[in-house]
Amino acid sequence: MAHEHDHHHDHDEDHSELGEMELRVRALETVLTQKGYIDPAALDVLIDTYQTKIGPRNGARVVARAWADPAFRDWLLRDATAAIASLGFSGRQGEHMVAVENKPGEHHMVVCTLCSCYPWPVLGLPPTWYKSAPYRSRAVKDPRGVLADFGVALPDDTAIRVWDSTAEVRYLVIPQRPAGSEKLSEEQLAELVTRDSMIGTGLARPPAS
Amino acid sequence: MNRAMSYTSFADLGGRAGFGPVVPEPEDERFHADWEPRALALTLAMGAAGMWNIDMSRSVRETLPAYARLSYYQIWLAALQRLLAARGLVADDELAAARMLYPPRPVPRVLRAGEVAAALAKGSPTARPATSTACFRVGATVRTRDAEPQGHTRLPAYARGRVGTVERVHGMHVFADAHAQGLGEQPQWLYTVVFDGTELWGASATPGLRVSVDAWEPYLEEAA
Repeated sequence: MAHEHDHHHDHDEDHSELGEMELRVRALETVLTQKGYIDPAALDVLIDTYQTKIGPRNGARVVARAWADPAFRDWLLRDATAAIASLGFSGRQGEHMVAVENKPGEHHMVVCTLCSCYPWPVLGLPPTWYKSAPYRSRAVKDPRGVLADFGVALPDDTAIRVWDSTAEVRYLVIPQRPAGSEKLSEEQLAELVTRDSMIGTGLARPPAS
Repeated sequence: MNRAMSYTSFADLGGRAGFGPVVPEPEDERFHADWEPRALALTLAMGAAGMWNIDMSRSVRETLPAYARLSYYQIWLAALQRLLAARGLVADDELAAARMLYPPRPVPRVLRAGEVAAALAKGSPTARPATSTACFRVGATVRTRDAEPQGHTRLPAYARGRVGTVERVHGMHVFADAHAQGLGEQPQWLYTVVFDGTELWGASATPGLRVSVDAWEPYLEEAA
C-alpha cells in the first residue's frame, strides 16, 4: 500500500533514486495505458503545453500591458480573471485571479503554505523553491529573510503583505515599473518582468542603459 | 488502533522553523528529471478521469507519512498510486509487475490528446451562484476557529484562533473541506481575511507585516 515507504530509504547516490523513479513512472504509465484510463498522446500534449506554451512570459505580457495601459491596469485590479483572459490566458489553476500591485512603501508576496497553489495560466508550473518547505514555512513569518535569499532588500519602511493562497483564488503580483523604462514598447517592457517579480520574491529588471 | 483521532496534515508548514534557506532557481528550469513531466502528466490525465477531485488529491498528498522526505513530484506520484489503489483502478502488484493483471474498471472520462487544450483552458472554476447571504462584509472583524481539524481543511494552523479583517468577498465557492471527503460541493462564502503580523507572530513580528488567507465562512466567527 504505502509505496512512498519503499523508495526513499538508504539511497547512497542520486542515480539509483532517479533510475528507480523512472521505472516506477514507466510502470504506472504502462498499466494505465493498458487499462485504457489514459491516452498516451494526451500525456505528450500536456507536457508540451507546460514545457513550451504556458509559462511566465504570459504573466510578463499581462504586467507589461498594465504598465503601458492605465485602463487595462484598472481592469486588472478590478477583475483580474477577465482582464487576463482578454489576453488569452485562462483556465486550470487560474480560474479565479486577483492581481495585487506593488508601490513605493508597499510590497506584495504570494505563497501557498499548504501545498503549491500557483497561477498556472500566467506563470506556468511553480519553481521547486515555491513548493518546498523553506519558502512555504518562512514566507508568512519572515518575508524579509526570504527576500534576502533572493538577494532583494526592501527599504525598512516598506510594508510587506503576504497572500497565502489557501483556496482557489490565485494571485499575480504587478511589480513596480522600473525607472528609466518610460520610452520602452510593451514588448520591451515584458522583458523586464521576471517570474520572481510576479510572485513578489523579486523586482522587475532595470532597463539596459 | 484508535481511528477516532484528529487528522494530521504533514503539509501545513506556515511559520514553522528549521527548513533552511530558500534556493532560487532560473526561470527556464522546468523539470529536474525525465520522470517528473511524466508524473505531472499522469496526475493531470487521471485527474481528468473523474474518479476523484482536486481536494481529495490534496488530502491524500498531505497525509502521506513520508511527505517531508519526498520531492514534490514524488508526493504527487505516491498520492496518485494511493488514489488508484483506493478506487480499485490499479493494484499494487500490477505496478510491481509493470503490466495489467486485472481487468480495467469503467472510468467516467478519458482525456484524449485532442481535448487537452480545451480542458486546460476551461479549468475547474469553483465559484457557485449565491444561495445565501454572506455573514460578513468587507471591513468586518472576524476570528478564525481554533478547532483541531478532523479532516482536510484549508485553514492553516498558524491562522487558527486569530482575529483579522475581512478584506475581500469572493462569492460562494466549493467548500474544500466537504469536497475532500466526498460530501459534495457544499458551496460556502469565501473571504480574504487579513491579519496583522503581530496577531500571528507576537511582538517580534516583522514591522508592517500583514498576512492574508482565503477562508470559507465556516472557518470564521464574529469577533466580540
